[in-house]
Amino acid sequence: MKPGRFTYHSPRSLDEALAALQVYGDDAKVLAGGQSLMPMLNFRLARFEHLVDVNRLGAEYAEPTFGDTRITIPLLVRQRRVERSEEAARLLPVLTEALAQVAHPQIRNRGTICGSLAHADPAAELPSVLSVLDATFTIASSRGVREVPAEEFFLFHLTTSLEPDELLLQVSVPRPPVNQFSSFREFATRRGDFALAGVAAVCEVDAAGVVTTCRVAAAGVAPTPHRLTDVEALVTGASLNEDLWPDVEAAARAQVDPTGDIHASAEYRSRLTGVLVKRALADIRGKLEASRA
Amino acid sequence: MRDHATEFPTRTQDETHTVGCTVNGREYEAVVDPRMTLADFLREKLRLTGTHLGCEHGVCGACTVIVDGAATRSCLMLAVQADGAQVETVEGLAEDGELSPLQCAFKRNHALQCGFCTPGFLMSVTAALREESVTTEEQAREVLSGNICRCTGYTGLVKSVLEASAGKEGNA
Amino acid sequence: MSDTLVPEGTMIGRRVERREDERLLTGHGGYLDDLDLPDALAAAFLRSPHAHAKILSFDATEALTLPGVVAVFSGADLMEIQKPLAPKVQHPQLRDYPRLPMPPQELHYVGEPLAVVVAESRYIAEDALELIEVDFEVLPAVASTAVALQENGPLAHSGDESNVAVLLTQSAGDAAKALAEAPNVLSEEFFVMRGGGHSMETRGVAARFEMATGQVTIWDTTQAPHYARQQLSVIYEMAEDDIRVIAPADVGGGFGPKAQFYGEEVVIPWVAMKLGRAVKWVEDRQENMVTSMMERSQTHRVDVGFDDNGLLLAVKDVIEHDQGAYCAGLQVPSITTSTVPGPYHVPNIEIELRACYTNMVPTSSVRGAGRPQAVFVMERMIDRIAEHLGLDPADVRRRNLIQADEFPYKVGIMFRDGSPLTYDSGDFPTLLEGTLERIGYTEARERQAKLREEGRYVGIGLSVYIEGCGLGPYEGAKIRLTNKGRILVTLAAAGQGQGYETVYAQIAADGIGLDMDYIEVKTGDTSRIPFGQGTFASRITATCGPAVMDAAKQMRERLIDTAAVLLGCDASEVDFVGDKACLGGDLEKSVSLQQLAQTANIGKHGITMPRGIKAGIETSSYFSPERAAYASGAHAALVEVDPETGEIEILKYVIGHDCGNVINPLLVDGQVLGGFAHGIGNAMYEEPVYDVEGQPQATSYLDYALVSATEVPPVELFHIQTPSPLNPLGVKGAGEGGTIPAPATIANAVEDALRPLRARVTRAPITPARIVDAIHRAESTSADQD
Repeated sequence: MKPGRFTYHSPRSLDEALAALQVYGDDAKVLAGGQSLMPMLNFRLARFEHLVDVNRLGAEYAEPTFGDTRITIPLLVRQRRVERSEEAARLLPVLTEALAQVAHPQIRNRGTICGSLAHADPAAELPSVLSVLDATFTIASSRGVREVPAEEFFLFHLTTSLEPDELLLQVSVPRPPVNQFSSFREFATRRGDFALAGVAAVCEVDAAGVVTTCRVAAAGVAPTPHRLTDVEALVTGASLNEDLWPDVEAAARAQVDPTGDIHASAEYRSRLTGVLVKRALADIRGKLEASRA
Repeated sequence: MRDHATEFPTRTQDETHTVGCTVNGREYEAVVDPRMTLADFLREKLRLTGTHLGCEHGVCGACTVIVDGAATRSCLMLAVQADGAQVETVEGLAEDGELSPLQCAFKRNHALQCGFCTPGFLMSVTAALREESVTTEEQAREVLSGNICRCTGYTGLVKSVLEASAGKEGNA
Repeated sequence: MSDTLVPEGTMIGRRVERREDERLLTGHGGYLDDLDLPDALAAAFLRSPHAHAKILSFDATEALTLPGVVAVFSGADLMEIQKPLAPKVQHPQLRDYPRLPMPPQELHYVGEPLAVVVAESRYIAEDALELIEVDFEVLPAVASTAVALQENGPLAHSGDESNVAVLLTQSAGDAAKALAEAPNVLSEEFFVMRGGGHSMETRGVAARFEMATGQVTIWDTTQAPHYARQQLSVIYEMAEDDIRVIAPADVGGGFGPKAQFYGEEVVIPWVAMKLGRAVKWVEDRQENMVTSMMERSQTHRVDVGFDDNGLLLAVKDVIEHDQGAYCAGLQVPSITTSTVPGPYHVPNIEIELRACYTNMVPTSSVRGAGRPQAVFVMERMIDRIAEHLGLDPADVRRRNLIQADEFPYKVGIMFRDGSPLTYDSGDFPTLLEGTLERIGYTEARERQAKLREEGRYVGIGLSVYIEGCGLGPYEGAKIRLTNKGRILVTLAAAGQGQGYETVYAQIAADGIGLDMDYIEVKTGDTSRIPFGQGTFASRITATCGPAVMDAAKQMRERLIDTAAVLLGCDASEVDFVGDKACLGGDLEKSVSLQQLAQTANIGKHGITMPRGIKAGIETSSYFSPERAAYASGAHAALVEVDPETGEIEILKYVIGHDCGNVINPLLVDGQVLGGFAHGIGNAMYEEPVYDVEGQPQATSYLDYALVSATEVPPVELFHIQTPSPLNPLGVKGAGEGGTIPAPATIANAVEDALRPLRARVTRAPITPARIVDAIHRAESTSADQD
């Protein structure tokens, strides 16, 4: 289990990195945290002529910024950095909740948020979370910079809209309004495992307790983070209460079409998605009540 | 019974990199292939064989070392990436031959049997206890959950984390 | 467990911390891959990508041109060592297939080695593997016992007549008749998956040939170095004395798979001899997942007959056992067959074994070795009897348990060691009652009823088990007064973390009557002691322990006799104070161990020995138990099941354990708790799944789930001690008891929790997905009936 040969590039600036990708893009892979890439290299499941290690681009890419309108997470922000950020916990609790369930601290110490997103494992936590946070993905290449929303970023299992010469420069989300409540729920076989299914949910609730905006996405049950639009439609305009649960559970179950594998049958995964949606929304209701107590 | 010894072929010159880093307070410099993992660098180049390879895909935790203060899987990091880094390994935990309080707790509580996973546990827990203290069994299990032990059933490990965090001293 | 009852001055029974720990805690252990073999080349094996295939052509030309590659050998290049690796446990009716070290023609499982690359580094060796071209003819594969046993199905070995390895029946009484006449009969089919050993250190072999002496030194992570040497001596046609097999002082766990003998252990030393270079192969985890032997699945079709009070009348069990591509030994299925009756009176027993070949990695012992499956079947059926009759499952157990005054208890069938299955000692009712009391059984039942009304699913699971352990034929020890005046205990047995250096120093200390600080223990090196068997089947304490004690007592005699001569007194007047043999405890009238060695071992060149001194202070002893001893235990679990997710929360777990006398309570507890974690893995997580083509599906730790600290619950552990009459120390094995009943206990608890939903638990591991699927299957079945 030793990696095959590659040429190693360690650019010291963004321009250098983009230049390397421009030249070697078709045969290159970006190395950020490496917590998904390195196992693939060790197993020799993946082979790249060139590795472009972006870890030395500069400290400015390693810190999140909490702006007045947007929160920005550049490409070298380690998962652990955000997980332990009090500001992130206050503003984006759903991200903090999800990060705590990404593998283990030793992995999160090195793994980056953007790296996980660019890896686009459909069973991973972060793609679904960033989807419900209405994230914008900023993609850079020597040709310029472009921005895409989640639905355009995640294309398929381990596949994004990143072109070979492109780099996910940062992901950013709107600073959430004070009436936003969120939850992340997953069920995994063991602590730190990829989830059998996971659900990220965000609701905005008006003073009367009516949900004005709702975004729900499931992980692990489709080739990309799967927005549960039927659930969103049911919840929007309603109050979060127990009468709603059977309907959202059924809607969620109906709107996913997972595949079975050695860990769980397809039927189990759809049932589980329904249960997790219900529990995530119940959690949101709990948080809403706590905020008004 | 023996054939003649096969000619030892010369190796072609790969593109190599020089890595300079501090390991357990001592500075090292070595020339490595870029594909060499940090774990193999520590074990083969520096002959610090306390860091073990259990799975080489980041799950078992046996190879955990501390890089710039953070517990890290040394099988999932390239040696070239450690250029300029401060690395701590199990060989650096005992100072002047005195076991650290955590090492003492491991011995006292029979937290190791075959010992293969032990260096990884020691490094993970050492890093975790620097971040915050651990006061409940549940927290202790959480702190331990990124490493796998096949021998002990974790009971002694849980006790050790709690005792080391509480500052319970006493040589084993 | 405290050691307050241990008499002053004795070490047996004392909670002694391990002397191994210091080096292991500081990163100075000496595992195989840590050994300083600076000139060693690295080896990597090319392995079959197919479950069943013929090699049509092999071409390593390109691989050989790669800089850093020293040699490539295919199986066909090493015909001189292509001799069968014999099954460890045989049977006259076994249809055996030769398992060759590196088959040159037909391959029978994914991962079977077909060529070896030797290169300057493992990195380069793996590069070379990618450049070897092999053409295969892919053949139909057998990937389950069901397929293996079907009529006119595919054959695991081309040209064979069937896939059956062996059909055996064990019986006592007349089970068919008893079942026909029983007032109640229940039947069920169980599927139990066991999983692998997964020692954190994988396997490894290194070898160096000394041209000047013609001797080869082999470092091997084996649990059985003498067994490996004996096999190699036959295959290489070399004298055993020219083959030194060393199991390094530190081996990172064994758990069974390292007790087996593999092709790599034949190929690597041979290649080292051919090349005249040291060669090292360290299995990586990817290889370990597909090529280290594992236990796998057994299917049991069981019928139990019982009266209206729940008394067992008959048990009939038909077992399908997956032997894998070759028979590495029949130990696992034969242990299963003899473990089914367990701690209960079963007047009529019939157990039929159908072991068959499949195209998957061969199976062999993994911690528990065939016992967890048998316990699963019996204990599940005891619960079903209780359910059927509306009795408390604890009561059904009470009514059927063999009582404490019935030992030795003859079951009526045979054990794998060739002796009639006879339990030596035990007290199963005390174990059960102690476990029930600690789990708070009565209150737990009340609480369960209350919570059920609230719609919560809490269950209680019980299991009682026996474990044949401490098997023969023998194990031995040598003890020597070294010339430096220290005591050296040498064992053939090789440890993998059990603490031999500590435990056997304790025993020797008591035997000699000397402080254990003066006693050193060395293990697992064929050049240090000529005969040995190996570490497996929880046997070492019960076989090696008595040998060490006997050799130590002899050593005491030798030391004291020598000292008495030097002190000019009677031997009865001499005793040890520190490292000095003293006359009447007087340090002024003493001789040190060093002086004894000087006199009896070193002597004076050419000068006659002092009168009365016997030269060479060394003793040895081999102990052969009459038959297996029986450890036993009872487990109880309180669980809550979330019927929506299938999550099992273990609220409380109690283990009652009896391994006879305890040498070191700290270490015995460690063995039991470690075994328990393995049992939780078997109960809920570990599954080496193969697809229908025989492709392994769980080949990384992302897909094969090993438990971490968050999955293993806290355990309350207590011991009772019924000494074994079969060895002078009264000890039994402790390494597997934690594992054996855990799947049965969890399964019983989960089905008990889900009883209102009528969901059935018939397979292990019990995963959340299977629980939810079972609940919905039960719902739709009852809907059909309504």
